[in-house]
Order: sequence, then structure tokens, then C-alpha cells
Amino acid sequence: MTGTFVGMPPFPSAARTALADTQLRANLAHATSTIRAKRAGVVAEVDGWEELRLAGAAIKDNTLLHLDEHLLRLEESLTARGATVHWARDAAEACAVVVDIAKRYGAEEVVKVKSMATAEIDLNSALEAEGIAAWETDLAELIVQLGDDLPSHILVPAIHRNRAEIREIFRSSMGSVGRPAPEDLSDEPARLAEAARLHLREKFLRAKVAVSGANFAVADSGTLVVVESEGNGRMCLTLPEVLVSVVGIEKVVPTWSDLDVFLQLLPRSSTGERMNPYTSTWSGVTPGDGPQEVHVVLLDNGRTRALADEVGRQALRCIRCSACLNVCPVYERTGGHAYGSVYPGPIGAILNPLLKGVGVDDQTDSLPYASSLCGACFEACPVRIDIPSVLVDLRAQVVDAHRAPRHRVPKAEAVAMKGAAFTFGSGSRLGAAERASSLFGRLAGRAGRRTLPGGRRLLGRIPGPGAAWTDARDLPVPPAESFRAWWRRTGGRG
Amino acid sequence: MVTCINDAMFPETGKAVVRLLRRLGVEVEFPSSQTCCAQPMVNTGYLDEAVPVVRNFVDSFAGYDAVVTPSGSCAGSARHQHGLVARRSGDQGLADAVDRVSPAVYELSEFLVDVLGVEDVGAYFPHTVTYHPTCHSLRMLGVGDRPTRLLRAVRGLRLIDLPRAEECCGFGGTFAVKNADTSVAMGSDKARHVRSTGAEVVVAGDNSCLMHIGGLLSRQRSGVRVMHLAEILASTESSPTAKEHPVDAAEAPR
Repeated sequence: MTGTFVGMPPFPSAARTALADTQLRANLAHATSTIRAKRAGVVAEVDGWEELRLAGAAIKDNTLLHLDEHLLRLEESLTARGATVHWARDAAEACAVVVDIAKRYGAEEVVKVKSMATAEIDLNSALEAEGIAAWETDLAELIVQLGDDLPSHILVPAIHRNRAEIREIFRSSMGSVGRPAPEDLSDEPARLAEAARLHLREKFLRAKVAVSGANFAVADSGTLVVVESEGNGRMCLTLPEVLVSVVGIEKVVPTWSDLDVFLQLLPRSSTGERMNPYTSTWSGVTPGDGPQEVHVVLLDNGRTRALADEVGRQALRCIRCSACLNVCPVYERTGGHAYGSVYPGPIGAILNPLLKGVGVDDQTDSLPYASSLCGACFEACPVRIDIPSVLVDLRAQVVDAHRAPRHRVPKAEAVAMKGAAFTFGSGSRLGAAERASSLFGRLAGRAGRRTLPGGRRLLGRIPGPGAAWTDARDLPVPPAESFRAWWRRTGGRG
Repeated sequence: MVTCINDAMFPETGKAVVRLLRRLGVEVEFPSSQTCCAQPMVNTGYLDEAVPVVRNFVDSFAGYDAVVTPSGSCAGSARHQHGLVARRSGDQGLADAVDRVSPAVYELSEFLVDVLGVEDVGAYFPHTVTYHPTCHSLRMLGVGDRPTRLLRAVRGLRLIDLPRAEECCGFGGTFAVKNADTSVAMGSDKARHVRSTGAEVVVAGDNSCLMHIGGLLSRQRSGVRVMHLAEILASTESSPTAKEHPVDAAEAPR
């Protein structure tokens, strides 16, 4: 019932469309600035935040270094506690496991805890194809699902919607899949939440099978952890008879005490709260209490590929907090859909190419370039993922994947970079290029309609390759004399 | 290090640095073999193409006590990216040369405040300005409040805080043309914040960012101009604008 990211155009083109959506721009500017301020406030009050970040990064790095051992330990602990562990190499295998369990149970519907892993593998479509309805119970996911929309944020998938739009979605769509919205529904947040609660309650009480992800999987105790704000997760994790959790293999932490660090880092970085309202933990099956059949699907789906990338593997530290999205000036303006993935923003710009590999499709290859490399993401990341460095490394991988074989004509950009490398290889070659550009400047200056203080001419719109710059920005013509020429003329040393 | 963009497009900034440093008693040379820090190649993903440019950089600047540059971005490139390029190339000699040269690279405000130990450089600039901290100077180098300390000590200058100052202007090197629409959207917001201050001049430590912000402000006929920090710090009562050669008698160390 929800849309698909398949076939999305590359970022520059998708962004152009998004930038023209004034409602989207206003909604995102408002939402991201609110959450940025909240996060900044609760992070500033923690003494030793930097030490916590370092600890979080170190725990994840050490775990990833021996990931195989920790995963086997996790499987052993989970099995000992009565859970069934499944290993899935890719999305298709993971979906098949969940579909199989639901069908075995004769389920016509499942309730879902908000989960990035199941969004990544598009589990809802796989279930739907088998005639099983998957109900999202997180408020924002519900808004996306009812609106036949796509998620645009990791934490708040409906961040691109304002409350007036949400009211419309509830009024027009709730009735077709369950309890309708009240006739007199207003756009007050409390009334909207009430409508969602009443709509969802029926589903919580009826469903026999629940599907979740996990924020953390503790190897030594065989415990899965879900961190949430609304209590819908607690409903799904306790009421149904069968619980299936799809967990990325990078979610494992070695010990229970490691949670100490992450449960401080995560809520402050994601919702800007000191502590999230609900933290649910479960270790296999507890007889007579909660789901009596517990499955865990350990998902690779490109994670081992990312792990093999020496620079990029740090992306597997990610705890899906969304702090990088909220501080990103690109994300704030384009929104999440332009990234063409359930993982948008700076982390998406590195995670998607790392999981899928570069040089395969233009959309994925465009993502490492969807950043001005301003570094705000790295500064905000609670596990210190150096996103700008990974972006640059991925750009190099994209370029190398496209290096023209002899029989193909290279891209204009590649030719320009080769030319620049030659020109910048020596001062005298650059000097010659500058003399040519000064001559150009003297000629082009006559065409310039505006001048800078001091009389230097500016170019307005020019056609051709210069259009990308000059469509919206004036450009000074090259000066009559470069610094180098001035230095030489006035007898400077060196 | 004047930087390629200043050399080819904004020579007045290079002249201002020379003038300012000589006024402060620093012996300045411009090794004419210098070209570019290689950042345009590195940040676009052309790391192989960056190798000869990094090699030329270390050859040009080897042996100097300090390599001063009026660009946070180029200083950041030299300090944080040259090592990566050199190691990736497999040329150990180049990697060693980078390890010797890159720690000597200073962004202008770092050199003035940390090495020379000055905040009042004797400048005079009777205008209202607002300061945009460029991303690489702020987050890659961590120059902090050094530029604004220098600006506050300039006689006649009135400094107005820029709203959302620490947000990127949207230049981002080749991002400005590869993702021109997003770049312009970011720059338009920056320009709006600049205009909201009522300042006559927006100042920054990187002419690349200023070319982008200034290009938007000019297209809008905003009546706000951009200036590099070095040009403001070089202005004095006796010589409010850059003149001819900086070693003129009037510019001798005080």
C-alpha cells in the first residue's frame, strides 16, 4: 500500500523537485530546528559527552572487529532462552522467513513496531504479496502508511508532514483499514494522537503476530532491546502470541553493561530527551508471559560488504538516532525522499552505497555527492562516524568505478580533473593558464553588466557549462592580473 | 600559500595577506612553484589526479617555518587530506614529506593569534560587518573565535552577529555545480540571514564560500558586499585599501 523508492532519479534531480515544494521546506525547517535545539540542550548538560561518544564508538568498533564471534554467542544465548534464530543473507531471505512464520500461524495481519531493518528489506510489500496485512503502529509510520507515502526520516518518517496534512490523511484513510477518524477531528496534536490510539488499539488487541526490529542485541544475555516513545512498541512486544524480530547483524553488543553507554547516547541524540519513555527488553521466551514463540532474524543485506570497507565500516556503528539528518543543511532543504532510500540524510548518503556497492546504479552513485562536506553530521554523531571522510572515500570509489576503459569516451568531468591535475602540477603551467584567464576576463568584462566595488565586472547568466553556477549567482570576471603576475612584476621574493 | 582561487580570481586577498604579515614583521615569500592544495580533486573523488598536486605542494613549501594561507578550507585540505592522498598513492617518500610539511600549515587567523600572539593587528575599517564562519575553518580546523577576536580589535569596525552563523553557506566545492539547486537553496538562506543583520559587508576566511555568497547577494542587488578577513585586517588609517608593493617604506614593520 505504500509507495516505493525503486526507480528514484539521482539525487540532484530528485532534490530539484523537492526544493520546489514550499510546504515541505517549511515543515522541515520547522521540525529540524525544533529538534536541533532540543538535542543541543540535553547534550550540553552532560559532562563528558565526548567521553561517552568515544566509549560508544569503541564498543562498536571492538564488536565489529570480532563480529562473527559475538553473533555466534548471541545465537547461543538466544537459543538457550527459547528463541529461534534465523540467518538471512539478503532482503529476500529475511522476508521469506517472516512470511513463512506468519503463514504457518495462519495470520492475515501482523502489527509492527517501528523498525528500520524491516523498512530496508521492504517487508510490508513481501507480506502484502502473500495476502498478509502489515500494520505500522508507530504514529509517524502510521501517517506514512495511511498516506500511501514514503518515509523521509529515520526517527520521524513523517517529518515532512504538518498537522493539517496529518488530519487530512487520517480523515481520508483510516476508515478503509480499520476504525475511522472521528468526524470532528481537529489538527490539535492531542486529538490526532487520540485518533491514532483508538485506531491502533483494535489492531493491538486482535493481532496474533508482531514484527519488530531491535535497537540492540545483547550477546551475553540473549536480550533484544527496543527503545521507543509511544508505547506502541510495548503493546506489540507483549500482547501477540508470536514475535519475529529482524535485526541487522551490526546491532549486537557484547554485554548487558554496554547498554549503559548507548542508552545515554541514543535518546539525547535522537528525540532530544534525557531518557526515552519506553525501553523494552526481552530474552527469548518467558513461560506464561508475553509471546510464547519468539524468532530472531539476523540480517546481513550488505553489512558484511560494508564491514570489508576499511574507511566505510565505521558506518556500522550507527545507532539510527537521526542526529546527522537534523543538523544537515542539505537534508533540511531537500527532505528525505530525495535520497531515494529509507536511510536518508548524511548517514544514508554513506550507508546506501556501502550496503549496495558503487558503480552499479546512478542513483546510489549520486549519494556520496549529496553533501557540501560541512561536517555538521560528524560533530553531532553520538558514535563519532566521520561521515565527511567516508563521503570523500566513497566519491573516490565512484570515480574509480567509472574510470573509462580505453574504448569508451571519458566523462567531461574526468577530462577536466585530468587537465586540472596537469595545470596544478607546476607553478609555471598555472601561471600560463592565469594569463589566458586574465585575457578572457578583459574580453568577458565587457559583457558584465554589474561591477564589484573597485570596478571589477561581474558576469550574469552565461550559457553552457557555466550555467550551473551563473543561473543564480553572479561570477566576477578573472582579474586583469593574477597574484602571481603581480608578485613577479613588483619584485617579490620566493 | 595564496591558494589557486586567490591567485587566479582574488589577488587582492593575497596582496592583503602579504601587506598584513609584513606590517607585523614577518618575512614573507611566495614560492612561485605553488599551485593548489588539491582539494578540488580530492573532494570530487579524483584521488589519483590529486597525487601530483600534493607532490607539488610539499615540494613548494618544504623547509618553511610556517605556511600561512587565507583559507580554512585549503589549510584543512593540507592538514587532513594530504596524508590520505599520499598514503593511498603508495609513495612512502611523499607520505613522509607530507608529515613534515602539513603541521606547518596555518590558516591566517590561527597564525596571527597562535603563532604571532596578536589580536589587535593595527587595522582600521570603519564599516558595519557580519562574520560567516566557514565550515572547514570552524569544524575541520577549529579556529573558534580567533577571527572574531581579530575583528573586534579593528578600529571603526562594528561587528553584528550573523543568525545561524554556523550553518553551511552551500558552496561545498564542486557541490556548488553538481548539486547547484541545493547549493543555491542553502546560499539563499545564508544571504537572507546576512541581509537581516543590516551589515554592509559580510566577511569570512574563505574566498570560495564568499564567491558563492557574494554571487547571490550581487544577483539580488542586495547592497551587501563580501570581503575576505585578510583585506579588512590589512586596512589601516593611512592606507585603507591595498596599494602597490607591500614592502614600500610606509608598510615597514612597526
